[in-house]
Amino acid sequence: MKQLESRQYTIGAIFLGIGIIFLIRLFYVQVIDTHYKLDADNNVLRTIVKYPARGLIYDRNEELLVYNEAAYDLMIVPKQVEKEFDTIGFCSLLEIPIEDYREKFKKAKKYSRHKASIFEKEISAKSYAKIQEQLFNYPGFFVQTRTLRTYPQQTAAHLLGYVGEASPKVIKKNNYYKSGDHIGISGIEKQYETALRGKRGQEVQMVDVFNRHKGQFMDGAYDTTAISGGDIQLTLDAKLQAYGELLMQNKKGSIVAIDPQTGEVLALISMPTYDPNLLVGRSRSRNYAKLSIDTLKPLFNRALMAKYPPGSTFKSINALIGLQEEVLTPNTRYSCSRGYRFGSRKMGCHPHPSPVNLEYSIQTSCNAYYCNVFRSIIDKYPSAEEGYNVWRNYVTNFGLGKKTGIDLPNELSGFVPETEYYDRYYLKGKWHSTTILSLAIGQGELGFTPMQMANMVSTIANKGYYITPHIAKEIDGKPIRELDSTIVRNESGIDAQHFKEVVEAMYQVVEKGTGTSAKIDSLQVCGKTGTVQNPHGDDHSTFIAFAPKDNPKIALSVYVENGYWGSRWAAPIAGLLIEEY
Amino acid sequence: MRGTKILIDNVDWLTVGLYLILILAGWLNIYAAVYNEEFESIFDTSQRYGKQLLWIGTAGLIATVILLIDERFFSTFGYLIYGFVLLLLVAVLLVGAATKGATSWFAIGGFKIQPSEFSKFATNLALAKYLSTLNIRMSDLKTKVTAAAFIGLPAVLILLQNDTGSALVYGAFILVLFREGLSGNFLLIGVVTAFLFVITLVFQNDVYNLPFELSLSGGWMLIIVTFLLLGIIYYFNRNKKRILILLSVIFIACTGLFKSVDYVFNNVLEPHQSKRINVMLGIESDPYGAGYNVNQSLIAIGSGGFTGKGYLKGTQTKYDFVPEQSTDFIFCTIGEEWGFLGSFFVVALFMTLLLRILFLCARQRSAFARIYGYGVAAIFFFHFTINIGMTIGLAPVIGIPLPFFSYGGSSLWAFTILLFVFIKMDADRLEVL
Repeated sequence: MKQLESRQYTIGAIFLGIGIIFLIRLFYVQVIDTHYKLDADNNVLRTIVKYPARGLIYDRNEELLVYNEAAYDLMIVPKQVEKEFDTIGFCSLLEIPIEDYREKFKKAKKYSRHKASIFEKEISAKSYAKIQEQLFNYPGFFVQTRTLRTYPQQTAAHLLGYVGEASPKVIKKNNYYKSGDHIGISGIEKQYETALRGKRGQEVQMVDVFNRHKGQFMDGAYDTTAISGGDIQLTLDAKLQAYGELLMQNKKGSIVAIDPQTGEVLALISMPTYDPNLLVGRSRSRNYAKLSIDTLKPLFNRALMAKYPPGSTFKSINALIGLQEEVLTPNTRYSCSRGYRFGSRKMGCHPHPSPVNLEYSIQTSCNAYYCNVFRSIIDKYPSAEEGYNVWRNYVTNFGLGKKTGIDLPNELSGFVPETEYYDRYYLKGKWHSTTILSLAIGQGELGFTPMQMANMVSTIANKGYYITPHIAKEIDGKPIRELDSTIVRNESGIDAQHFKEVVEAMYQVVEKGTGTSAKIDSLQVCGKTGTVQNPHGDDHSTFIAFAPKDNPKIALSVYVENGYWGSRWAAPIAGLLIEEY
Repeated sequence: MRGTKILIDNVDWLTVGLYLILILAGWLNIYAAVYNEEFESIFDTSQRYGKQLLWIGTAGLIATVILLIDERFFSTFGYLIYGFVLLLLVAVLLVGAATKGATSWFAIGGFKIQPSEFSKFATNLALAKYLSTLNIRMSDLKTKVTAAAFIGLPAVLILLQNDTGSALVYGAFILVLFREGLSGNFLLIGVVTAFLFVITLVFQNDVYNLPFELSLSGGWMLIIVTFLLLGIIYYFNRNKKRILILLSVIFIACTGLFKSVDYVFNNVLEPHQSKRINVMLGIESDPYGAGYNVNQSLIAIGSGGFTGKGYLKGTQTKYDFVPEQSTDFIFCTIGEEWGFLGSFFVVALFMTLLLRILFLCARQRSAFARIYGYGVAAIFFFHFTINIGMTIGLAPVIGIPLPFFSYGGSSLWAFTILLFVFIKMDADRLEVL
């Protein structure tokens, strides 16, 4: 018996042993190991993102260009989808193939059986109306609202740009964005993304095991409301823009109109264009693919990205440089017998009275006159290289051959060759004014964007300077001039008095020269035609103009690809636009 | 009057106090586990906490009645009670209501009675009565067989109800038999068998590469290791002949066991049982399937930290991430809301209660009371070990309640009866000659 009595200690020891094991384990689980706490948060806390409404975009006359329309994401909770699900009916309702349905369902199930995930993205309000009526037949599905961009005017597609989902690359680079967020991809939407997007809000909810909402975490201490994006007013005149697009219909080319006194861009047309509503919502990728393989390249923003030689419109600039360099006076006359001969070569010209003075040379666009002017500028200096650099400096002061600094992405800088370019081409010291004579009439290596051309016109209209062009007028009620310090007055380095001569000549161009088709009775329009030689096909037609002559309100450049002479297409279009404005 | 006064003097108020603390703590935690803002009153009887209060009240009544009954009632009617409960167990198989795959309830009106809870008490009573009979010796084969029959009969009936967890509780009586003279080897064999069963499952699919280009499957490896261990025990033991026979038996049994684990595992256990064991052993990782309960339970307890999240502030249990949180997984609520301090308190309470019962057992004059007391301790201990063990991932998920904490009338009544009959016996110990 005594022996057995000691067994109570064995039993007691077993009890205590288990108790101690439990306490050690509990200490480990509760105090030492921290990953259970994280898991607990993951279990309970659900962060709901509240998407802010993107800012609206207006034109200069408060006309609405872009607003948001509700769109609907169809959500699925796989667990709630019934076994006897009418797959065929559902697919025809959504207009998706049955394989799509299966794949998406599998994807959703893989994500979670209990949690909701997006089944079909961005269903338009129109399709939603139909789906909504039937949705109650399909348990496990519900909709979540989202906003989509809508463009009531269907105009200025390139300029406004479009919005898409942030790519993985962007998400990686910028930690604001999360998968599924919208981001401006081009145009204004991209340029002013930070202003337009607003601030995302969040709501930290506590949920139970069935993902049912049980209340706010810490009574909402971590909740933030979404702040809507700021509205943007553009300097754009939507009516002018639409009219320009109408005039350019079925043509390729570009029009840029600027208010020279302020640098405000009034119209930025690139043709062919597309309906901005195509690049919205769930059909975006399909439409984008279609547009991007179009041989007319509708997605290409010619106004900022196409480089054309300026053609004869450039003669005004050469005239100005000549005057400033004092190799030319308003009375300088050169004769022209259907061209300019140098050595055995000849640059042709069209038949017109000879000799010509400065005013008439612009009016009639005489090639020979500008060959003389150009040569005298370059040859004023001991070497062609030196002379060219002086000339080039003047040209770039007009905002040519460098980015104008407009507040839009993807602007190209155009091309005015450096001396090194010719050195490489012709060897150093082996090129002369005659070698690069085509620059005299705006041909050759020169390549300017329509934007730069319009800017050049502004400089002429302003008689010596241009304001950095810009498209945004007010952001969230604040004038852009206060926000953007890069908008400044840029001097051309040519005296105002010289401009007078050229402006008068350009007035004559429209009154009785090559640009008469742009004439408006009530207005003094100044302009210059251009015919750009095109090695790939018919010549491009171009025209630059501003009006009125003395107190210019609008300066524009028009390019019509393959439009023959400047007088044929570009000038009448410019005239109509000025009249409209 | 004098009798009552003596009773009051002799009742072990420490045990009663522990009982009251456990029940109160249990009630508060059930309130937290099913806390519902719509029914904020802890007395609302449409909710589980309100009902539990009713159970507690009636349990108190039962306890009082027990204390007033003559102690001899239990020793006299031990077999009768046992027989009656066996009848109930048979009856429940025939007319009982099924919940969660187990046919273990009698539905009487709005209440449900689970006879298997009370059969623990009855079995304990009958076993104590049998073993305390004069001239009973544990070393006799007849004694062993009879005791095994007393224990096995209700266990088998409960197994037939498909309530494996409750049936396993009867294994706890091995502690009682051990105390009354059963060779320690049985206890050892029991523990070793369970241990090896688990180890075999874990290692059987591993292959070990040995020198000389030999490779062994995990099973054979374990057989060799067991053999070596047994050899060492043999070497250091004095009674060589007896030990040799015993070790041979163990060795053959173990070898047989390795070969039979697969069979038992795949053919005897139900799929959900083998799955639970696999998950517990880490062979299968399945946080959303069978491992879900344990995983969520660990998250709840682990997230409590040192001091806990505060009463009624547990998010895991409140939002139903932990299943069965007011019954089998009630310990999660404690762990989450009261942290390590709370867990420590509960474990310490149980330890105190168990050791106190052992202490009371030691001072009994009658073998009947002593054996009965060990039975009480063994049953509490088993419930405590398995229940808390499963919530912290140390034991397989076997659905048995945590005494006094888990919601449920039958179990609360049964545990109360179990404990208070012993308290009564202890109070009357001096009257036993």
